[in-house]
Amino acid sequence: MSGIPHDHYEPKTNGAKWLHSRLPIVGLLYDTIMIPTPKNLNWWWIWGIVLAFCLVLQIVTGIILAMHYTPHVDLAFASVEHIMRDVNGGYMLRYLHANGASLFFVAVYIHIFRGLFYGSYKAPREITWIIGMLIFLMMMGAGFMGYVLPWGQMSFWGATVITGLFGAIPFIGEALQTWLLGGPSVGNATLNRFFSLHYLLPFIIAALVIVHIWAFHTTGNNNPTGVDVRKGSKEEVKKDTLPFWPYFVIKDFLGLAIVLVIFWAIVGFLPNMLGEPDNYIEANPLVTPAHIVPEWYFLPFYAILRAFTAEVWVVQFTSFITGGIIDAKFFGVMAMFGAIAVMALAPWLDTSRVRSGLYRPMFKWWFLLLVIDFFVLTWLGAKPAEEPYASFALIASAYWFGYFLVILPLLGVIEKPLATPDTIEDDFNAHYGKSDDASTDAKAAE
Amino acid sequence: MLKKLVIGAALALTPVAALAAGAEQHIETYDFSFNGAFGTYDQNQLQRGLQIYTEVCSSCHGLKFVPLRTLSDAGGPGLSPEQVVAYAAENFTVYDAELDEDVAAKPVDHFPANTDAGAPDLSLMAKARKGGPDYIASLLNGYTGEEKEEAGSTYYENTAFPGGWISMAPPLEDDYLEFADGHDTSLHSMSQDVAAYLMWSAEPKMMARKQVGFVGVLMLTILSVLLYLTNKRIWAPIKGRKNS
Repeated sequence: MSGIPHDHYEPKTNGAKWLHSRLPIVGLLYDTIMIPTPKNLNWWWIWGIVLAFCLVLQIVTGIILAMHYTPHVDLAFASVEHIMRDVNGGYMLRYLHANGASLFFVAVYIHIFRGLFYGSYKAPREITWIIGMLIFLMMMGAGFMGYVLPWGQMSFWGATVITGLFGAIPFIGEALQTWLLGGPSVGNATLNRFFSLHYLLPFIIAALVIVHIWAFHTTGNNNPTGVDVRKGSKEEVKKDTLPFWPYFVIKDFLGLAIVLVIFWAIVGFLPNMLGEPDNYIEANPLVTPAHIVPEWYFLPFYAILRAFTAEVWVVQFTSFITGGIIDAKFFGVMAMFGAIAVMALAPWLDTSRVRSGLYRPMFKWWFLLLVIDFFVLTWLGAKPAEEPYASFALIASAYWFGYFLVILPLLGVIEKPLATPDTIEDDFNAHYGKSDDASTDAKAAE
Repeated sequence: MLKKLVIGAALALTPVAALAAGAEQHIETYDFSFNGAFGTYDQNQLQRGLQIYTEVCSSCHGLKFVPLRTLSDAGGPGLSPEQVVAYAAENFTVYDAELDEDVAAKPVDHFPANTDAGAPDLSLMAKARKGGPDYIASLLNGYTGEEKEEAGSTYYENTAFPGGWISMAPPLEDDYLEFADGHDTSLHSMSQDVAAYLMWSAEPKMMARKQVGFVGVLMLTILSVLLYLTNKRIWAPIKGRKNS
């Protein structure tokens, strides 16, 4: 499975040999769990495990919640209250599932920005990156549809606003929206199909996660230096790497356990902190809430969606040359999906041959600005669409696109990168000193 | 249907009108016994709140998601099962489809829904408004005494209500009712009692949840410490002693 030379599984007993010659599943698991992993990985590399945990948590709690939930407009809200009041431990299942979605997105955003800083998206890991972006899109779909299921006011009106975006597509928009909703507006047909898809998507995500892992196990992990593992021989590989088990499993579990302390405290003591009070009011198509706000994890992209209003000259210009086919609403929708698309194209937009941001003196600052930009967009997404927020949102959105479309391509040409370490071993020793068997040399050198 | 529409429109428009008038919502912070990570419900307070709900609020507001039997659950008002039987039968009737008539409520029934006056259901009110129980208590204390007529309806000025004018007449006043144990019947005290009771009806498993939270945090912390020590030990031979 791996492109890095390492010791493979050897069946020892007759039974193991019998199985291995027919189905090498033990060997597959062994090679996966013992994969040589760059030994200089830092703590930003724990979020993959957190994400895997989130997927399992959401699937397990979700399957049990589905046993007690009723996807019908007249019964859904009451069935959630039934879970909260009558089902054994139901209140924990629901709060774990609802806050689990938030943990999932916290983890995926850190994971994505980790990749953006250390250049994990660059060759030869483009496929890993693209699969990751697909997983992110599916997560957004699952998160959105899951939020509709409790059938509260925000569920209903959020669904109305977001499915309305498809109505903005020229010519086919209206028909497409009706087809998606199963009717002229959000109703029972919508709730039922959202429930069905919300149950389906996590299994597609699980399949994509396997492909994601397969891809980066073929290329090997990236690492904080971005320097490749030496692959000349097994001995060389051993100088740069350690097997995933036990070194990184234990380290990742430590990271996960600390994250879970905070997560569990939120579920136990502040389970509604990240929710909207309005979603404890049953959906009512006749009453529009004063502010319709999406879940926090959609806010940055929601801010980009709203930033491009009819007053913006780019929008007016586009509308003019397309004869009004691309209006402000459709422009906003394209900008929102475009914001994810430009991120997915990062492997081909970044012209620098140095992977890690640690050795890119100019890139570092632009990247820091992108992180700040992301937080600013999140903040703006929750603000009403009025001045001065509208102008801020436009600037922040422009930077998001500017970073990927202008700064990344130019920096590779302009920037003079610093020298990278020759090997991962050198980098590791520079941080931690040489290991025991070489410690006498290290002392002599001091 | 038309009535629903009108009420809906009125509800939808009031906050907007408020923003235009620039009225500031004033929500007081109360020192509820259930505040904080270790806070618990005060059983006596929940019972007083239940009495206020039964004698006052229930004439207009329902609690349709709350099963009557839960009044005897742990971490709630703590009525005995016999008291729940008596309470249900004395105060509420439910429609029996087989007999085609209203019969006395039993513990298996829920508190009845009540939408006669267009008043919202209170089951989840303490989670459905910003401020929760603080908002509810502030609202009951927030009447200024001013009234106005608008389109044939009377509105009462209230400093906690978004918009400043609410269609609910002041439901409580000092010494409006009496408690069997002679507890304080000032408006300020009673409004907290009923807010606490509504917090329970919105989140009946809060005490169990906090306990699970506490045990979980403790166990995960111990697990983290064990993993920290394990991690340190397995990496020790790999890492040199540069910094020691």
